Amino acid sequence: MKNVIEIQDLEKAFGSNVILRGVNMKLHKGENIAILGKSGTGKSVLTKCIVRLIECDSGKINVFDNDITEMEVDQIDEIRKRVGYLFQGGALYDSMTVKENLEFPVRRTQLSKNKSEVNDMVDEALESVGLLEAKHKMPAELSGGMKKRIGLARTLILKPEIILYDEPTTGLDPVTSGEISELIMRIREKYNTSSLIITHDMKCAEITADKLKLLKDGKFYAEGSFDELRKSDDREVAAYFN
Amino acid sequence: MKKLTNQIKISVEDFLVELGNIVLFTLNTIKQFFIAPFEFKELVKQGYIIGNKTFPLIAITGFIMGLVLTLQSRPVLVDFGAQSMLPGMIAISIIREIGPVITALLCAGKISSGIGAELGAMKVTEQLDAMEVSGTKPLNFVVATRVMATTLLVPILVFIADAVGLLGSFLAVRMYEKVSIVLFLSQAFDSLSFYDVIPATIKSVFFGFFIGLIGSYKGYTASRGTESVGLSANSAVVSASLVIFIIDLITVQFSELLFA
Repeated sequence: MKNVIEIQDLEKAFGSNVILRGVNMKLHKGENIAILGKSGTGKSVLTKCIVRLIECDSGKINVFDNDITEMEVDQIDEIRKRVGYLFQGGALYDSMTVKENLEFPVRRTQLSKNKSEVNDMVDEALESVGLLEAKHKMPAELSGGMKKRIGLARTLILKPEIILYDEPTTGLDPVTSGEISELIMRIREKYNTSSLIITHDMKCAEITADKLKLLKDGKFYAEGSFDELRKSDDREVAAYFN
Repeated sequence: MKKLTNQIKISVEDFLVELGNIVLFTLNTIKQFFIAPFEFKELVKQGYIIGNKTFPLIAITGFIMGLVLTLQSRPVLVDFGAQSMLPGMIAISIIREIGPVITALLCAGKISSGIGAELGAMKVTEQLDAMEVSGTKPLNFVVATRVMATTLLVPILVFIADAVGLLGSFLAVRMYEKVSIVLFLSQAFDSLSFYDVIPATIKSVFFGFFIGLIGSYKGYTASRGTESVGLSANSAVVSASLVIFIIDLITVQFSELLFA
């Protein structure tokens, strides 16, 4: 299967604090991988390196066969349009309505200039996350779960091939968490996306991921399917399932 | 001693890194002025917000400034029998120096801090990162529009402060003497020359540019955490105020060289 992301020997430190110590991984087309790990182990740093929100110190990150660590800013924007990123809090633009939030990336990336076409794209993305009725609301009027869904709709509107989810269910009640996990799966089916899902929520990992990877001390410590890791004798791994 | 030398070395290094970052940020922002898509709607929106927010403050301050300056200066000129020079003296003081500097300082307090806090909050809530990762160039949309708006608006606000300041001055003169506004203004403008207005306008443009730029830089480079929002706003005001005085000093020297 074709790799959409391939990371080789990725290293990152903030001053003397070494976060990533030679991370290697591959994400295949259509695959969902969940990354687990304690807080501060560098899960978010890893995903931010993939879209170059954070510059890595060394190593290679190939996204769609392009080494993004070597790219100029203008070139990286072209790759970024194909990679969606869902932030923890949704990161909605609070001075814009939901509709404007969704129109913004389309207008700015000049994906479409036709107003009715943009409107259709907004409706389709909102329908995909089941929140068409929130179209004219301001972000301040939305709940945490709704913000994440709208954030996901804003990501989907650019038709990304890869989606990076940064703790998609954190801070949500179990019912809404379950709904978000189901939504991640529906999106994969509908848009044929590949996903990296950073999560602490084992239920979310079980529902969404084909493969789980455990990050520890700046490296991947264990990997496998949910059932394989659940049966592991390793205490470090078993701790996540208790 | 070695510890002190090391601390100085680190401080100098930090200063140079910060200076380098500011220069890069400035160049990138200027570059964005010429890169499509041009956000005219956002520029008008920011211009409206800035003008709307600061107009009452500028008008009241300008009025009081002209009034007080006249009331304070008049007794000295009366002692020398030179009260007829009062309109000209006030006009030169306000248009050359006091109008631009006071307006710029007020804008630093009101606008620069506002931009610093707004962008700082956008940084903390990852809104700027969200723009960055979707390839929508936040520097172009968020920063360039704000910097351009302040660059265009501050000279207009200075003009308003000057006009209202002269009105305040006229009312102060009118308390003691029967002078018509036409005579007052004709005496005021007779004392002014092209070389009083041009350097003041040029420095107002620079004040506007740096007020927007510093607010944006402080907000854009805010570290994570809510505390940094307040720090960005505070730091924007302090830095912008300092830069206003530095620009004032430089433009005075240049206008002396060019127009003296």
